[in-house]
This record gives sequence, C-alpha cells and structure tokens, in this order.
Amino acid sequence: MIHFLQVYGMQMIDKTGQHLYISAAALLLGIIVAVPLGILLTRMKHGANAVITLAGVLQTIPAMALLAMMIPIFGIGSTPAIVALFIYSLLPILRNTYLGMEGVSPTVRDAAKGMGMTWWQSMIRAEIPLAAPVIMSGIRLSATYVIAWATLASYIGAGGLGDFIFNGLNLYRSDLILGGSIPVILLALIVDYLLGKLENTVTPRQLR
Amino acid sequence: MLLSMEHLRKEYPNGKIAVDDFNLQVDRGEFISFIGTSGSGKTTTMRMINRMLNQTSGTIKIDGEDISQMDPVKLRRSIGYVIQNIGLMPHMTIQENIEIVPKLLGWSKEKRAEQAKKMINLAQLPEEMLQRYPGELSGGQQQRIGVVRALAADQEIILMDEPFGALDPITRESLQDLVKHLQEDLGKTFIFVTHDMDEALHLSTRVVIMSHGKQVQVDTPENILRHPANEFVTNLIGEERLIRAQPNILSVSQIMLKNPAAITPDKTLDDAIDLMHERRVDTLLVTDADDVLQGYVDLDDINRITDATTPVSRFTNKEVFYVQANALIGDTVDRILKQGVKNVPVVDAKKHLVGIVTRTALVDIVYDALRGAPATDEEPASPINADIHAAATHEGGESSQ
Repeated sequence: MIHFLQVYGMQMIDKTGQHLYISAAALLLGIIVAVPLGILLTRMKHGANAVITLAGVLQTIPAMALLAMMIPIFGIGSTPAIVALFIYSLLPILRNTYLGMEGVSPTVRDAAKGMGMTWWQSMIRAEIPLAAPVIMSGIRLSATYVIAWATLASYIGAGGLGDFIFNGLNLYRSDLILGGSIPVILLALIVDYLLGKLENTVTPRQLR
Repeated sequence: MLLSMEHLRKEYPNGKIAVDDFNLQVDRGEFISFIGTSGSGKTTTMRMINRMLNQTSGTIKIDGEDISQMDPVKLRRSIGYVIQNIGLMPHMTIQENIEIVPKLLGWSKEKRAEQAKKMINLAQLPEEMLQRYPGELSGGQQQRIGVVRALAADQEIILMDEPFGALDPITRESLQDLVKHLQEDLGKTFIFVTHDMDEALHLSTRVVIMSHGKQVQVDTPENILRHPANEFVTNLIGEERLIRAQPNILSVSQIMLKNPAAITPDKTLDDAIDLMHERRVDTLLVTDADDVLQGYVDLDDINRITDATTPVSRFTNKEVFYVQANALIGDTVDRILKQGVKNVPVVDAKKHLVGIVTRTALVDIVYDALRGAPATDEEPASPINADIHAAATHEGGESSQ
C-alpha cells in the first residue's frame, strides 16, 4: 500500500485532477444548458415532453459507443470526453428542473405577478428558490453519474483515474485497478456529500 | 372618482363571454363587493383592474388615467392584491413577505423595516412574528399578514379575491373586522370578491351582484335587501336573510295601514260613534282640516259623555304617541311596544297623518325576525312565542282599523 503510493502517488493526484476537471466541466455545461432549458420547458405548452424524451433517448446510448462517436467530431483527448459526459448529465438535471418548476404552486406565481414582480423577478425571488431543492437533487444525481462514467474517458485519451483501471486490466494488476477505482468511489461520495450540503443550504428553512 | 370602469367586456378566444358591459364608478374609501355564483365573472372583472387579465373592450381608469396605457408592472405595485390561498412566499420570513412591494419600489432598508413593524401592528400580531416563516403561523394569522402586506406600500386600492373563503367562521369574522377597520379608519378602497352574502352585506358600502358576466344589481346592502332587483337576487340573498333583515331595512311606512279612521275636532260625538261603528274600531284619530294629527278619541272616553252633540274637540286625548313614517322599524319597535298602546299613528315630517301601525303588524315583524321565518299558520315551536303571538292576534283583532 505504502509502496504503491510511493510509486504512483504523484501520478494519482495528477489523474484525480484530470478526472475532476473532466467531470466538473461536463457537469457545469450540463447545468448551464439544462436548468434554463428546463425552466423554458415549463413555459411551453407543447414540446416539454418531446424534449425530455429526447434527453432520455440520449441517456440510453451506451457510454462506450457515445465516446467512440465523439472521436470523428472532436478527435481524442478531454474535449470529446467532456461533450459525451455533458450529454449524459442533461437528463437528470433537465427533468428535475422541469418537475421542480412545475411544482411551484400557481398561487405563489399569481401572488408574485399580482404584486408587481416582473417575469425575471418572479423567477429569481420566488420560483427558482422554491424549486431549488428539486433542481439540486437532479444536479447531485448527475454529478455522481458523471464522475463514475468519466472513468471511461480514459479510453479515448482524456486521462483521469480511468487510466489506472485500464492499465491494470491490460497488465493483470489488481493494485492498479483498485488504485483507480477506490479514488473514483471516494470522489463520487465526497462530491455527493458536498452537494448534499449545498442542497440543504438552498432549501428554504420552512420546506426542509 | 378613484376608479371608473366603463363598458368592460371580456371575451375568451373560445368565444366564451366572461364579462359583458360592466360599468362601475368607485369613490375613494368605498368598499365594493362583487358577488355571484361561480362563473359569474366577478373574479375576471376584479383581475382586469390590475391587468392580471386584459379586457377585450371597454376602459378602466384610475384617478382618470387609462390603465391600458400604464406599465402593468408599475400598476400592480400600486394596487394591493390579496388572494384566497393567501399567497405568502413560503421561503421568505414574514418581514420579507411584507417588504416585497416596498423592495420592488426601491425603498431603503430602514424604511422597509419600519414599515414592516407598522404593518404587523396593524395586523394586531406580535413583532416577534416578523422573523418567522409563513408555515409557522396559523391560517388566520397568515391571512392577516396577507391583508396588511397588500397595504405595505401605501396602496390606495386593495383587490381581494375571496380572501377569507378557506377560514373558519370565527377567524373569518375577526379578519372581516380588520378589513372593515382598514376601510373605515384608513380610508382604503376595497374591491372584494366573495360568494358569502353575509360577508358582502356586512362589509360593503355597495354590492355588485353578478350573473353570467352581467351586473344584475348594484346598490347599497340596505337597498338590495329592501328592493331585490329580481328573483335571482332574492334567491341569492335567501328568504331567511331577507326576513331577518326586515326590522333594519323596513320603514314604518311599509308596514302601516293606510287610510286610518280619522275625524276632525268640529264633528260631534254622534258622528264619532257612527264612524266607529262603520269602521268597526274603538279608537279614532283626530286631525284638523289639513290632516295634521291632533290626538285621538277612545271608546272609553266616549262612554262617559251623554250629550250626543258634544264636539269631538272636547274629549280628544291630546297626548298621543306617534312615529315618523320614514323611521326604521328596528329603531321604533321597542319604543312602541313599551308604550303599551294598541296602535300608533304614523305621521310625516310635518305631522300630517299618513297611516297607523297596529300591534299585530309589529308583533308579526318581531316574530319573523326572531324565528327567521314568515309568520304563517304553522305551529310556533316554543310555547312562549306561541303565547305572545296568540295574545297579539287577539288584541290586534279587536283594535285593528
């Protein structure tokens, strides 16, 4: 164990960094796209189902296949990996944002508008804060997925902790496989815990 | 004129006409209730005032300014808005809730905090409550906050859409007192949508009765009770309520008998007895040539006189108890009954005799008001009432004119 860390320690920190970078970038893109899209869907009478179904279909493409499909478009490296993981992150965030916003009581919306809030003020001050807990749990779910699947990104040369696992598989070395898997699991748990904390913070006191 | 609505019409794209030719002029400090069955267009009309809905045609003016030319967001900030499901923001403290509109208007933090304190005092709730969340308050307390929140930016007009519909009767009553206070003491103008007739009659200066998008009757509660415009209004008010309200809305002239037996002072005892016999009464009212009430003569008094040519003026009782024709029954019935007289002459402002109220008529009114049903042939439930009623009928029968 100590020997393993002495040999691979620096490399592990490096790979963890890469892994985090890929996951965070994909998740951030996912949030930037899916949250506004989800809000937009609640304002459209038609099309909401179609869009959510489409995101669901994208989710069903096998991870390996999706990664491979990215190579002709983006080449190899971290870019195609980020794009592929971004696509995976969309569905949970999109669906939860949609459900969260739909769940805001019409009374609140009516009161906000009736008191003279603009559309934007109603969003920022009333509807998004009330939907935040549901949106956050979608983001949490996506984050766990993305961190787990980022392991596969090593396959198309994006680096990350997947490198250890694939090397271990090729060389029949279980220490390398464990050396990759355990940090991924820890990473997923820690991120989930931290986002859970955040979810609590954004949940209004009365709704907890 | 604070608020003026002219020829308002709201037609939905599917052709349904929600409001048709609605006209109303509202003065400052009025309390207007819109009442009607569901689908009568009362809420739709109210929501057009702060442009939550836009009318298909017609104009709404506030202080002479056409609201369709105003920025709807600014307009809504200047009008208080209270809805049935309270509409407090569950994620904001009471203070933040009260401060919503002042904050939108850009008031300073100190001014907002001061206003929040003022408002919670107005709601008669403790200041500590400002830091609580709506979910920690009872329904009645929440709606108290909802009501004062609508005034937090000194709004002049307050719109209320069935604000107390979901509350229990006792809480509802205390909130009605609160809004009545706001209207009477602070001079706020209320547009109040309700389906509770008692609430509308109790609170309003004027009631607008609506059905199928049209105004059926617009009048003060008293006039609506006195003269329901048609059967729809009568049904909406309910027969029981109409009867109960009688002592407070009926005037003496409405229950009096017209054409009472009267005699002039220059006639003789003979004439008086003839008239009594002819009209089958034991009392005659004495009026001068101009019909001004002078007094009365009673059969008992006549019995003691033997000379048939004695003029009436000689045995006229000058101390006569009379009531004004336009007085409300509710105000006079007690006095009449306490006097212990059998019947009371009714006079106009110049003391001209216009009619007479018999005890029978009065007791009928009292009986109806107490029992909440018209006095018909049905058996009275309580023996006490039965006695009063029977005695009155008996006595009244003897003396009725």
